Amino acid sequence: MNPVRRTVRRPGRLAAETAALLTAAVVAFPLYWMVLSAFKPAGEIESSEPRPWTLAPTLDSFRRVFGQQEFGRYFLNSVVVAVAVVIASALIAFLAATAVTRFRFRMRTTLLIMFLVAQMVPVEALTIPLFFVMRDFGQLNTLWSLILPHIAFSLPFAIWMLRGFVKAVPEALEEAAYIDGASRARFLWQILFPLVLPGLVATSVFSFISTWNDFLFAKSFIISDISQSTLPMALLVFYKPDEPDWGGVMAASTVMTIPVLVFFVLVQRRLVSGLGGAVKD
Amino acid sequence: MTAPTGSADLDRGRVRVVRGVPRSSPRPRGGSGTPWLYLAPALVVLGGLLAYPIYQLGLISLFHYTQAQVSGGEPTTFEGFGNYAELFADERFWQVLLATVLFAAACVVCTLAVGCALAVLLTRVRAVPRLALMLAALGAWATPAVTGSTVWLFLFDPDFGPVNRVLGLGDHSWTYGRLSAFFLVLLEVVWCSFPFVMVTVYAGIRAVPSEVLEAAALDGASQWRIWRSVLAPMLRPILVVVTIQSVIWDFKVFTQIYVMTNGGGIAGQNLVLNVYAYQQAFASSQYSLGAAIGVVMLLILLTVTLVYLRLLRRQGEEL
Repeated sequence: MNPVRRTVRRPGRLAAETAALLTAAVVAFPLYWMVLSAFKPAGEIESSEPRPWTLAPTLDSFRRVFGQQEFGRYFLNSVVVAVAVVIASALIAFLAATAVTRFRFRMRTTLLIMFLVAQMVPVEALTIPLFFVMRDFGQLNTLWSLILPHIAFSLPFAIWMLRGFVKAVPEALEEAAYIDGASRARFLWQILFPLVLPGLVATSVFSFISTWNDFLFAKSFIISDISQSTLPMALLVFYKPDEPDWGGVMAASTVMTIPVLVFFVLVQRRLVSGLGGAVKD
Repeated sequence: MTAPTGSADLDRGRVRVVRGVPRSSPRPRGGSGTPWLYLAPALVVLGGLLAYPIYQLGLISLFHYTQAQVSGGEPTTFEGFGNYAELFADERFWQVLLATVLFAAACVVCTLAVGCALAVLLTRVRAVPRLALMLAALGAWATPAVTGSTVWLFLFDPDFGPVNRVLGLGDHSWTYGRLSAFFLVLLEVVWCSFPFVMVTVYAGIRAVPSEVLEAAALDGASQWRIWRSVLAPMLRPILVVVTIQSVIWDFKVFTQIYVMTNGGGIAGQNLVLNVYAYQQAFASSQYSLGAAIGVVMLLILLTVTLVYLRLLRRQGEEL
């Protein structure tokens, strides 16, 4: 490394690293407090002198959470919805992104602008009409009423994000494949798809999160059959504004957050490089 | 959202030279129906679950539509712009609109400031602090909105939360006052949305060739000068993307407000448009009023989108 640069940077580094570590601690603190409180015995949670540790960790709160009516079922519902949305929107977005990047056809620009505009649509504003659509098709109280809208809402963003990745695959590769006698479908699934996979991972993170987080649709579309409900609703069972069961809320929150956290850490590298790849094109 | 940038292609809207010239990228091959075949699933889903509901939303906002009509007890009557007239005559609506804009603006400014500052910080530190900050940020990012909302509420709980103890605030209730409740929600929103800005801007800075920065440093430029004159212009496309994305997200905040202020705060003091529309539609069964609020939101966000598109075009972005 350049010696000049090193001397320029040295003095500030210690301060910068201290600041980074402190910030990391502050940012991570709510999560630490969540997990800690989930393991605290009831007496410590309800103490007016909260301490940032516990000497008597207990699983009581988790027992209450899992003992609650069909909590496992809610968890499973959340997983089913999120996985269905991630897979469906990844496949559909992959096809659409291929169409708009590797073909030139009339209306292409119009379509792209439409996808862009679609991203801006406030999903929440569509709750009312979607409620009636779901009712008319008899899909209220079913997981479909959560899966279908989320596929639609993840798509525009996913298509935009994947564009850069599909574009980055050299044209020459496509030609070589056809010269070697590959069919279009074979090129699509056996050559292009694996090459675009890192991009799909980054895209999936976003559709997974927005689906896993969904609170509004679960609240609005699953009205009478709570066995079809998802985790956010289960969590709110413990959260009553007048008298919240904080231990239960924190235990349920922990159970709800851990899968996303694990997913994030697993794809962390790809996410960062994916975002970098997408933005620099 | 990502606007791929820095592409050397000229804006097709203005410069048509590229047409017909063999290019590295899209071109027709085989049947012209193939792209439509690839697009079909996307268009079906988007048409049925996005375009059609938008049309329905507009329609409902023009009718008188309450519980009686939903259950079929009374016929629906066409109201024209009656719902809008009612809405605009309501002082409440303007208060909520103002609160929404101010709240979203505050969230966007704080998110961008924190995100950018930490992105620059990340480039200054060695691997271990960088990984620590990155993991903490990913944790905040990964936290579902409902979970984050309850955890922050608990942290600031007047009886059992650690924040009041550390600050010596006794049993001060953060959700009681209008501003302090908004402030608490703002903290949560910034906490869970700065990581996206930080990671994206950091990725952008990393993509800037280090020679450029070294040259600037050799020329004696200060850090601030490097940021202002070298990095910021190169990162502008990314900054535009994260800004617009933040505007869109923060304008639509729902879960945090709903959970943290228990449905919009005491006497609705913390309502934002989204929650207001929801309350009108589902709590008061005023579906047509809720739909009209939805249309107003849609129009505001479409305006933002148009600004975004213009910015992209000015940068010579090829769509």
